[in-house]
Amino acid sequence: MVLDVDDLSVHYRLAGGAAARLFGLGTSTVKAVDGVTLRLRRGEVLGVVGESGSGKTTLGRALLGLAPATGGSITYRPRSGGDRRVSDLRGRALRELRTDLQMVFQDPHAALNPTMTVAQAVGDPLRIHGVPSADLGPRVRDALERVGLAPVDRYLGKYPSDLSGGQKQRVVMARAIILGPEVLVADEPISMLDMSVRAKILELMLELKRDLGLSYVYITHDLASAKFFCDRIAIMYLGRVVEIGSTEEIFADPKHPYTRALLAAIPEPDPDRSVPRELPRGEIPDAASPPLGCSFHPRCPQATAVCGWESRDLRTLLEEHWTRRDPATYAAEGEVIGDLGHLDAPAASVELGRAGAAKVHDLMDRIRAENPDEPLWQGVEAIEDTGSGVRVRFHEGVDPALRRAGGVDVACVLYAGGGEAEDAAKAKASGRSS
Amino acid sequence: MTAAPTAAPTTVVEAEDLRVWYAGATDPVRAVDGVSFELRKGEILGLVGESGCGKSTLGRGLLGLLPDGAARDGKLVVDGRDVLAMSPKQARALRGGELGMIFQEPLTRLDPLMRISDHFVEALKTHEPDLSKQEVERRALDVLRVVGIPPTRYRAYPHEFSGGMRQRIMIALALVLRPAFVVADEPTTALDVLVEAQIIRSLHDLREEYGTAMLLITHNLGIVAEACDRVAVMYAGKIVEIGDAREVFSNPQHSYTRELLRSTISLRTTGLNYIAGAPPDLVDPPSGCYFHPRCPDAMNVCAARTPEDRVLPGGSRAACWAADLRAGVIDLPEPERAPLEREEIGLADEA
Repeated sequence: MVLDVDDLSVHYRLAGGAAARLFGLGTSTVKAVDGVTLRLRRGEVLGVVGESGSGKTTLGRALLGLAPATGGSITYRPRSGGDRRVSDLRGRALRELRTDLQMVFQDPHAALNPTMTVAQAVGDPLRIHGVPSADLGPRVRDALERVGLAPVDRYLGKYPSDLSGGQKQRVVMARAIILGPEVLVADEPISMLDMSVRAKILELMLELKRDLGLSYVYITHDLASAKFFCDRIAIMYLGRVVEIGSTEEIFADPKHPYTRALLAAIPEPDPDRSVPRELPRGEIPDAASPPLGCSFHPRCPQATAVCGWESRDLRTLLEEHWTRRDPATYAAEGEVIGDLGHLDAPAASVELGRAGAAKVHDLMDRIRAENPDEPLWQGVEAIEDTGSGVRVRFHEGVDPALRRAGGVDVACVLYAGGGEAEDAAKAKASGRSS
Repeated sequence: MTAAPTAAPTTVVEAEDLRVWYAGATDPVRAVDGVSFELRKGEILGLVGESGCGKSTLGRGLLGLLPDGAARDGKLVVDGRDVLAMSPKQARALRGGELGMIFQEPLTRLDPLMRISDHFVEALKTHEPDLSKQEVERRALDVLRVVGIPPTRYRAYPHEFSGGMRQRIMIALALVLRPAFVVADEPTTALDVLVEAQIIRSLHDLREEYGTAMLLITHNLGIVAEACDRVAVMYAGKIVEIGDAREVFSNPQHSYTRELLRSTISLRTTGLNYIAGAPPDLVDPPSGCYFHPRCPDAMNVCAARTPEDRVLPGGSRAACWAADLRAGVIDLPEPERAPLEREEIGLADEA
């Protein structure tokens, strides 16, 4: 074990306006990383895969103490012994940690100072950590040779603007390894590069890992490169790890509906596959106001009754329905429902409609008949008359925790294992759909 | 062939020996160097290649959206009209209405102070000033419905939408004018995998509904395989191979196409492959075939003579000596067929 992440949270307070802050109003919290537990084993490549907004980059930065942990802990266990709690380190102690933990950033053009030569950039970490300047030269040359920038003399005096994208990323790698770290956190190291050199940079990373005994955390949105590169993979969604296991198992038998969706959506240069496939609707939700229950439920094709259905899902349902209707029908039905604004406040019970209960009921029935398999309907516990409209009550949602399922850990009520309520829900869900 | 029209009636774009060059410090940069292709109504042509191969320049060149100091030459007929012979004013009138463009970053292309409805009013009123208010709204809602934006959001502001929805709105804005031809330059590059797949599907639906011909520029070969009817592979300003997308992907003819496919990391990748070196300097490109310094199949002839565009048995058109020999459409004397001897490509030339 090199890194031990236990129930790590990185929460950011969103400050409202000055008045809101004064009265404590309107502030909310973005849970960028929300209770993540994972371990990096010595010599392995751990992939952290997710879409933008999943918290993968924040997690990577927190591992190096670049983002403040607001809960839980990160423990670094060096080869030489003497465990260090990264999440508690500050100032000088944190700087010293950088000799062991290093980062490779996504954009090599932005990660290099345009006014520093290659020799200066690569030697900079040594200078910061007080290595005598007489020793700089040989160590810089050695690092450049390791990343393949040889003959070294050709590169020492060059500026980033003289280099191609692949060469710049090599310089960034040289700078990252020059202090002899044990762990590299690589945040999308190849996504800004031209496709013809991506494979080359991955190959270089594998070489360095072998020669220097490194362990990697490989952060990416690209499942294809993760499949090739990683030993284990953690799939992240909205600040949580939703599935984690060996690369082999995750690709052979993806369990979480989100993992499955990601795999199905990868465009493959394979002429025998084509577009029409079942895709989750919508996009990754706002982390300042995540969905109730499981964060993925609004997009999940396999959602059950207890996944956390709520008012905002009702809004999406209505809007999708109207997207398919002609303008006249929309105008008429819109009159029945009225304004949708109040649905934006998350609630498991909500009033709907203004043209009388019968008309609203009627419309709801029509929408349901249109697509009876829509998972949202499983979550509706009751639709009650209120006179002017109806009150829609949803089942209470479950926020699933990571649990063992087969060879992986997955956070989904479909793989609940124990919990009676969840089992019941699962039975109910499958009963309805059959 | 004397009396026959130059193109079939369903041909929307016809480019022949099209060239675009920029003024360089000493010599011109030949960014697009003699490109020929046709696009039919409702067809999606994918354009792929490494960065710096002239993909975006070709896309902008087709629409006349080139910076000062750039020039176009050759033949370009869009919807039966010779675009290169037009006055700048006529050419400008064509853009928007006849020719559309979808850019990579939707947020920078929408005015944050304007409602979505106002964007549509502006676009439609500029090009079709006689439309009534109701007609504008009907047209806008129609196209928004096809791209999957709910009518309830018609009067919302750009910041109220997610990245994927903004790109859908951009696509709707380009298509509401019913252009004959649209260039989409990396339309899904800034988006996540799932949203990307949704948008690719939307483009499919739109093509069926509107019959627009589209040039889809992308570096993602997977997207081409899924979304395009045909694909053109560009290298150093030339189209080196063009053909049916399935055919090109399962039977690449040009060595560059094959190497590009091999270097792509996909779910089926079991080993790493790459193309050594980088695309050439377009001020002073190599002799013969521009790809020969990087090509694993290079023969003596490749450095000496430029390969001709030839339609090969599978139906693809390629300009590659090795492909010609393989297909048996030409024969070369032994000295020309001998493998080209050259220095190994160092990292100094890496892309």
